[in-house]
Amino acid sequence: MLKIDHINTFYGNIHALRDVSIEVAEGEIITLIGANGAGKTTTLMSISGIAPPRNGEIVFEGKPIHHLPPHEIVELGISQVPEGRHIFPYLSVSENLDMGSFLRKDTAGIRKDLEYVYELFPILAERRNQAGGTLSGGEQQMLAISRSIMARPRLLLLDEPSLGLAPIVVKKIFEIIAKINEENRTTIFLVEQNANLALKVAHRGYVMENGIISMTDSAANLLANDDVQKAYLGI
Amino acid sequence: MLTFTEIKRSFLVSVWFMFLTFPIMVIRVNTIENVVIWRWKNMLFVGAGSFVLSFVWRFLMRRKEVGSKDAEAGGTSKSIFQRFMEEKRLYYPALGAISVIVVLFPLVFSMYQVNIMISGLTYVMLGLGLNIVIGLAGLLDLGYVAFYAVGAYAYALLNYHFGVSFWIALPIGAGLAALFGIILGFPVLRLRGDYLAIVTLGFGEIIRLILENWNEFSFGPSGIANIPRPAIPGIEFTLHQNTIFIYYLVVLLVVFTIFVVNRLQDSRIGRAWIALREDEVACQAMGIDKTKTKLTAFALGATWAGMAGVVFAGKTTFINPASFTIWESVMILCIVVLGGMGSILGVVVGAGFLILIPEYFRAFSEYRMLAFGAALILMMVFRPGGIVSGMRKTYQFEGIENGEASDKKA
Repeated sequence: MLKIDHINTFYGNIHALRDVSIEVAEGEIITLIGANGAGKTTTLMSISGIAPPRNGEIVFEGKPIHHLPPHEIVELGISQVPEGRHIFPYLSVSENLDMGSFLRKDTAGIRKDLEYVYELFPILAERRNQAGGTLSGGEQQMLAISRSIMARPRLLLLDEPSLGLAPIVVKKIFEIIAKINEENRTTIFLVEQNANLALKVAHRGYVMENGIISMTDSAANLLANDDVQKAYLGI
Repeated sequence: MLTFTEIKRSFLVSVWFMFLTFPIMVIRVNTIENVVIWRWKNMLFVGAGSFVLSFVWRFLMRRKEVGSKDAEAGGTSKSIFQRFMEEKRLYYPALGAISVIVVLFPLVFSMYQVNIMISGLTYVMLGLGLNIVIGLAGLLDLGYVAFYAVGAYAYALLNYHFGVSFWIALPIGAGLAALFGIILGFPVLRLRGDYLAIVTLGFGEIIRLILENWNEFSFGPSGIANIPRPAIPGIEFTLHQNTIFIYYLVVLLVVFTIFVVNRLQDSRIGRAWIALREDEVACQAMGIDKTKTKLTAFALGATWAGMAGVVFAGKTTFINPASFTIWESVMILCIVVLGGMGSILGVVVGAGFLILIPEYFRAFSEYRMLAFGAALILMMVFRPGGIVSGMRKTYQFEGIENGEASDKKA
């Protein structure tokens, strides 16, 4: 579904991604793990067009997308949950969700998805008239994920959904991620520092070090791998 | 309420103020006769005044606290205006009464009053235009007056060289201003907040300096005179009739502006502006075209300034760069901020406060800036959202919102 082919991304003179190649098949949960500054978020930014690669190719469903501006990439069905949530602080929860469906025009479909989202996260339904900025961190993350679902993406890019959340909330969010993948067949690209949880929920994983993909395997194999255990799982 | 501690606090405040103002209010040195005059009476006034004011201040602060507690408890604190807008039984008669007053105004009052009203309404237009840029899209634009100047000079120069009439100049001025909005927009696409404010401020000054110094083009500081007033072809107006005509014209333009801005607010592009104001990263993640959204905000905001400029040139029949200084931008900005960012009614009320009141209190014009500053400070303390803080319509899907049976639209 998504094929990243030898991309190199730069921030000014800084070579952030070196020859990165990733493939995502339809219906999969793929995770990209790695230390701080490895280039995980940059990879997502490259896909979503905010930090386009200098060379190499990104192909989504047969269409090269590495030259498109961000809003056209969203239109193709790739929706990103940005790192640090970035919800609209002064808009209410329901307005935040409404913004998620900005590009859609099928009112009936939007309504159905809104119902679905409220079902996934009943707390959001309770707080639908509350301003987004007044929610707790976990609720904001739920809102950010819900907002992306409202765009009904075929590929959902999640950037560190566990950032700054209590373990119990993180667990709940990962359960929901698996659920979204199972029920809607939404392909999910998960960038995460919490390697343990990410590899448990994902089908396949990539390990990134200093802008290079150093390892790739099925999630179960990575979990059992000695090097991964030492470096990322603290075992 | 009037406990001993309260009185003691106010007493200390008044002593402190008497001490602070002692050198300027009490001592007066007469350098000619080399004597010092001690004006103890003034000290008494300061003391009594600050004593009373400190009570008022504390009363207001307490009220504010009660208000914010109400808001925390679930009840939203709404302004009088907001309650008025929601209560249909009050809202429509009020709207009707205002329209009658507006229509009858020039027939009842003198030409002086009508002229003041015209300038007030022009500022309403300017404020509503700036409100798009600042209130909705959240782009702090300090060079807004440049577009006002573009409109005014477009009419003046087109008329001078080609004899273009007011009615043709009106759309041309608006279009030119929109074009300048886009020209300003391109270089500042990547800027935000303070940096954007500085660049737009510079842009405003550039336009003014060009008009002031490029004599061959704009006739420099001496300006352009004898600009024809707007008129209906074939009808001869007296000056008085013409002023009334301009008044109705401006009223129509303001109504038109309110209508368009109101529709824009609830449109797709309006939602994109609000998203842009709240969070740029999220805005991009939602698939909103940031470039297009910013440029339309600049262009549509500038359009109204251009129109107001054409009207201004037509009304005063003389323009020069002195009318388009940075203070004009600040004034319009104050209208938007004081009235309430993102609120149409707020801008109307704000323009009323800042343009009409100074006109009627010309006798105290020396203290204008003092009152201005005091009003802004008081507002920031008691109503940080402006006199009429922004209200947005919230839409909800029927059926899903089972928590509240009646579909609400606030």
